[in-house]
Amino acid sequence: MTHNTPDLSLNRVPEMGSAPIGSAAEIRLAELWETAPGWRGWLSTVDHKTIGLRYLVTAFIFLLMGGVEALIMRLQLAGPEQNLLTPEQYNQLFTMHGITMIFLYSLPILSGFSNYLWPLMLGSRDMAFPRLNALSYWIFLFAGLFLYVSFPLGEAPNAGWFNYVPFAGLEYNTGPNIDVYALGMVLLGISTTVGSINFVVTLFRMRAPGMSISRVPILVWGTLTASVANIFAIPSVSLAFFLLWLDRRIGTHFFDVVNGGKPLLWQHLFWMFGHPWVYAVVLPAMGIVSDALPTFCRRPLVGYSAVALSTMATMLLGFGVWIHHMFATGLPTLALSFFGAASMVISIPSAVAVFAWIATIWLGRPVFNTPFLFFAGFVILFVIGGLSGVMTAAVPLDFQLNETYFIVAHLHYVLLGINVFPVIGGIYYWFPKFFGRMMNETLGKWSFWVMFIGFNLGFFPMHVAGLLGMPRRIYTYAPHMGWNMVNMITSVGSFVFALGILLFLVNVLVSLKRGALTTPNPWDAPTLEWATPSPPPAYNFAVIPIIASRHPLWEDRLDEGGGRSSLEQGYLLMEGRETLGTTSLDADPDIILKMPDDSLAPFFLGLFSALVFAGLLLHWQNFTILMVLACSLSLAAWMWPRKTLLQRVPDACEEGAAHG
Amino acid sequence: MAEAMQTAQALPAGSEGKRSGGWWGMIALIVTEGSLFGYLLFSYFYLASQTEQHWPPEGLPDLLIPGINTLILLSSSIFVWISERCIQSRQMRWSIASMALAVILGVCFVVIQLHEWNDKSYDMAANLYGSLYFTITGFHMLHVIVGLIILLLLLLWLGLGYFDNRRYAAVTIGGLYWHFVDVVWLFVFTSLYLTPYLY
Repeated sequence: MTHNTPDLSLNRVPEMGSAPIGSAAEIRLAELWETAPGWRGWLSTVDHKTIGLRYLVTAFIFLLMGGVEALIMRLQLAGPEQNLLTPEQYNQLFTMHGITMIFLYSLPILSGFSNYLWPLMLGSRDMAFPRLNALSYWIFLFAGLFLYVSFPLGEAPNAGWFNYVPFAGLEYNTGPNIDVYALGMVLLGISTTVGSINFVVTLFRMRAPGMSISRVPILVWGTLTASVANIFAIPSVSLAFFLLWLDRRIGTHFFDVVNGGKPLLWQHLFWMFGHPWVYAVVLPAMGIVSDALPTFCRRPLVGYSAVALSTMATMLLGFGVWIHHMFATGLPTLALSFFGAASMVISIPSAVAVFAWIATIWLGRPVFNTPFLFFAGFVILFVIGGLSGVMTAAVPLDFQLNETYFIVAHLHYVLLGINVFPVIGGIYYWFPKFFGRMMNETLGKWSFWVMFIGFNLGFFPMHVAGLLGMPRRIYTYAPHMGWNMVNMITSVGSFVFALGILLFLVNVLVSLKRGALTTPNPWDAPTLEWATPSPPPAYNFAVIPIIASRHPLWEDRLDEGGGRSSLEQGYLLMEGRETLGTTSLDADPDIILKMPDDSLAPFFLGLFSALVFAGLLLHWQNFTILMVLACSLSLAAWMWPRKTLLQRVPDACEEGAAHG
Repeated sequence: MAEAMQTAQALPAGSEGKRSGGWWGMIALIVTEGSLFGYLLFSYFYLASQTEQHWPPEGLPDLLIPGINTLILLSSSIFVWISERCIQSRQMRWSIASMALAVILGVCFVVIQLHEWNDKSYDMAANLYGSLYFTITGFHMLHVIVGLIILLLLLLWLGLGYFDNRRYAAVTIGGLYWHFVDVVWLFVFTSLYLTPYLY
């Protein structure tokens, strides 16, 4: 069989076989899928693993930046009447801290995990749209830079991350600060939207044959749910920010009270997006725990179907609770009652997941190593954050607690507890897969305990500060208010927590160089990503496997019935970059998908899109128009039908040969 | 393994119609774009329900020209559909002609709509209704223009002989976007032109 000219027939029987490392077929696959070295390859790669790692690293750098902002604020608040920061500096710091953590860290880091892991978990060679994946990363990076570019000039967004009008309107906020935020968010929205579309289509089309919808890992359920929600919710916030920009720079009247506009429209549009977003940044992280915790309990997750369904139910309910961010705005009591009740109902699917994790630990034989500690710690923090959530869902109590530090405590327990702890645990867990080396266990346990103690020391007293009446977003306070002690403890705790993160970073750096070399499956885990070498080759799977159960690597000991998965023998698919498309529910083979080569189009489209927004910000009309044209040309080049992808019929392909 | 053996059947390769990734991606794009228009119309009704201004400021909208324009836009969708059917039955010339007609009808819609905009006695900064009217119809206009560029590209590719009855996914996918642009206009038209007659 010669491979010099790939087979471009329109229909063919996919070749079955095996391709062990070093075989001719395996070498051919590596040639097909590997990215060229040098800067060109660096800018043009569409490998989901590279993009996933870029997402993880970039988002983590944003976490560190947001963390430093928080530490500076904690220095300012450590004692009463301090002068480290001016009120304006403090405003910009807490706004950028919120924007960074909510938008530039918490979802992108989860996209990093999912980008890296999905094709490996699903038994595919890449995501459904590899170039779109690269575009999603580049726009995320450029939007992050865009949002930060005005910070050194002292003109960063300064009206809080939910940016309420009229304070964010032109009348009270005349600088470029809010324009940066508004345009940056519309840009970032493009990245999130195309990324979400990619996940949804990947789930429906790219699973290995036999991996029916009830056999996918929970992380996949979590990211799917988040992505579907994003597809519906992102337009709301993008529109809100765009309307605000129109109000500020074109002179429209959407939020302009004098001319009939309504500030509450902003709050509706923002929170109709904002609440689903809260679940989008936690459900995939809960998925990380649901998949990784069972490995360390040496048994399958208890209640797989219940957890998968509760994931979906949480999001569905999550679309009907946005008013609980607006209880104090004077809406009719009927609306408050309905949305308060809906908010409490969400605790039911959340509790299903919590009890599933507890039962998994209870019924398993836990191995108390670093990832397990992070996942178990997460369960505790989730319960604390969930309980304060139920408290604020009660309308009368919320009237009392709204805009106090109690809310700050609640949201940090939820976001750090359900996002940061699973993320750090997930990095410990998948580090050997990413880099082929184990992380240091001693340093890992130290980092967990320092983080866990520092976190609780820092954030639990905030509940007390809130109950004592301390409002959020004040840059200082008077000494006789009775808030001195809790603030000092919080500040100390925040630095202890930061030390824990620092230990984790040291561990990453040390382990990258000196970590013990690892096997494909060091944790003896059940899911498909552990069937590939560590780190995985460019093509992921030498053959597309055929899946017979939910735990392909534990079949011998679980014996769930339904036969054995075939991991060594499978679909070869090597006439160019190829993978298998399957049907949506049963994952029966449906089509041989031709996958695109590396391409510079995503980078340039991302760059030109960012420059469109830069032009809008700087009021450079001609430049903006030029960049829109550049975007259009990049898109046309991208979409141009190609023979190698069989988007059009190749010349050599005669009618008769089509059925060869 | 028993399962594996029975799959020894021929599968299509490459971008084959509704099995291609692009078809699924377009559906997802339409869902998110449809949501965008949903939020736009939500904003319209939210503000309209609370306004104390004249709504619309010039009195009830004239329906004749916008109604005809709506029919023009819808008919262009029909010709895009015919164009695709012609590819299936290998009548490539008819397919090209039909696509060209669809483009012309789309351009007619744009011209008439621009004329409508010109005739308004206010612009988007004049009052709240103007802000809503021009933003919503402007968003739709933007989608029509993007759709027209897509149709023009399809026309070019058809002219270059890229497609035949075996591979023409781009026409299916691009056509779907155009149908979406037309359907969403029905919602915009109903909200901005018809509902003012209800109150």
